[in-house]
Amino acid sequence: MPVQTVAEHTSSSAPGDAAGPIVSVRGLTKIYRQGDINVTALDNVTLDIQVGEFLVLMGPSGSGKSTLLHLIAGIDRPTSGELRVQGIDISRLSESQLADWRNQNVGFVFQSFNLVPVLTAFENVELPLLLTRLGRKERRRLVTTALDLVGLGDRQHHLPKQMSGGQEQRVAIARALVTDPSLVVADEPTGNLDSHSAQEALGILQSLSRDHGKTVIMVTHDPKAAAFGSRQVHLEKGELTA
Amino acid sequence: MALPLKYNIRNVLVRWRSTVTTVLGIALVVAVYVLMQAMAAGIEKSGANTGSPDNLILVRKGSTSESSSLVTREQLRSLVYSPEIARNTAGEPLVTADVLVLLNLPRRDGAGEANVTLRGVSPRGREMRGQVRLMEGRWFEPGHREVVVSQRLAARFAGFELGGTFKSGPATYRVVGHSDCGKSAFDSEIWMDVDEVCAIFDREQYSSFLVRPTNPAAATNLMQRLDLDKRLQLQARVESQYYSEQTGTAKPIQWLGNFLAVSMSVGAIFAAMNTMYAAIGSRTREIGTLRVLGFRRRTVVASFLLEGAFLASLGGILGSLLSLVMNGYAVGTLNFATFSESVFEFRITPYLMLKGVIFSIVVGLVGSLLPAVRASRLPVISALKSL
Repeated sequence: MPVQTVAEHTSSSAPGDAAGPIVSVRGLTKIYRQGDINVTALDNVTLDIQVGEFLVLMGPSGSGKSTLLHLIAGIDRPTSGELRVQGIDISRLSESQLADWRNQNVGFVFQSFNLVPVLTAFENVELPLLLTRLGRKERRRLVTTALDLVGLGDRQHHLPKQMSGGQEQRVAIARALVTDPSLVVADEPTGNLDSHSAQEALGILQSLSRDHGKTVIMVTHDPKAAAFGSRQVHLEKGELTA
Repeated sequence: MALPLKYNIRNVLVRWRSTVTTVLGIALVVAVYVLMQAMAAGIEKSGANTGSPDNLILVRKGSTSESSSLVTREQLRSLVYSPEIARNTAGEPLVTADVLVLLNLPRRDGAGEANVTLRGVSPRGREMRGQVRLMEGRWFEPGHREVVVSQRLAARFAGFELGGTFKSGPATYRVVGHSDCGKSAFDSEIWMDVDEVCAIFDREQYSSFLVRPTNPAAATNLMQRLDLDKRLQLQARVESQYYSEQTGTAKPIQWLGNFLAVSMSVGAIFAAMNTMYAAIGSRTREIGTLRVLGFRRRTVVASFLLEGAFLASLGGILGSLLSLVMNGYAVGTLNFATFSESVFEFRITPYLMLKGVIFSIVVGLVGSLLPAVRASRLPVISALKSL
């Protein structure tokens, strides 16, 4: 039972507690080994993110913003420091527990959309639901709702190659939403989009935060994209600067 | 939960060029495997079809086959009036003596010569072997150098057409009839009057006796009596069982088939492995994405194993279907028990085809194992950054 396993690592602060942050980072450090050299990607970062916030991580290339996003999303592990998401110390979860936790709590949006080319929009959005115990009917309802939400209800049976970049990214957003995660992370989501499609995608992310209470964390270089966020955090050489 | 099967099927179909190459390679291996097994099955079937469970065949004690056995006219006389032996409607005992001689004859297609068994039989011997039926012409007559050959053999040797002649040793033989022996070992023989064979080859002794006991109890009694009889020096076996055991020829073919299949499967495994490594190489970011979405390592391994097995099973099905072309095709090989040509049919059964498909799935699974493990161990972040 993945939920029970994750619960073992839950602290006294209850998930979704309005008073506490959804993400709590304390003295987080990440050091990569490159041959004989240690590269510090994140250096003693401390940060709180509140429920429903649309946080934008900005900074030059190599500043550590994507590393911080990966750590918060549970796809990388810190070298030291404390990282709690919804009160769970995710750095202590095993590989399998972390996979289950990601599936239940985090939605991912990537720069290159990362859709499975041989699956239709519907099947791509359904993928995370295959790891749940939901029946076929319920999965169908959720996928249709998610695709309707991003305005692609009529494109369910299209393959990614039959859609524009903007549409692909909206399918990716639907896939991120379909499990109803409390946290949505987006790594340069507009990097491969034209300005119109970028506006559409950012509008959806903003609406998720503003209208649906989701916590959105987005990495971007683009100040125009950053303007959609409710708070901006800057990193430089692995440290928070603002 | 596993990844949907359509994910693997569509991936196999999308990269159709490498799929076709791998499928053809595996199909070839499976076709060879099935054909070799079908050959062995054909030989075994030929042996199992031969003779009657109601007859006993008697050879000299210690002989492993009729061709290495010599039995005398005195032994025949001692046997004829045994109480266990049945009689025909005319009241004559159902006992006969056969002589086997090997003839070296040219093949019809000019591809060298081969040994063929010439069996000398009496009219009683024909009567006791109901499965041998005359299809055209007539039976040979005593006192003439006439023979009846099976239709299958007629297609393979020169001069075996109806009315044709062939020469071997001191005699020239005329083919007066063609027989159908029910796909049995008798399909590999030439039949002639027993006394004529003895005369041509100056034989005083026979090769074997065939007797029909009155009932199974009498058969058992006769076998036990002969076993204990030091004077007669004969051993008796049930005729159908004897011929079934004579098809040891199938064993080396089965071994050769397995050896060839194993050798060729190494190549097929590498082909499957290469295809799967290429597939994983081009889907690295996809694998990273699946892991991020929550699919576990073991799910990724299972998915790629399934994909490899599916790919190989396409080859297995195609190979099995290709081998069907040879179903029923009659060929000859050397029978190591008689040192003569044995004619049989390729028998491609549903069981053999299933074995071929299972064999291909094993090839696919083995070939996909290392690529699948590699895919599951890809670091998620570097997989996501892959182009």
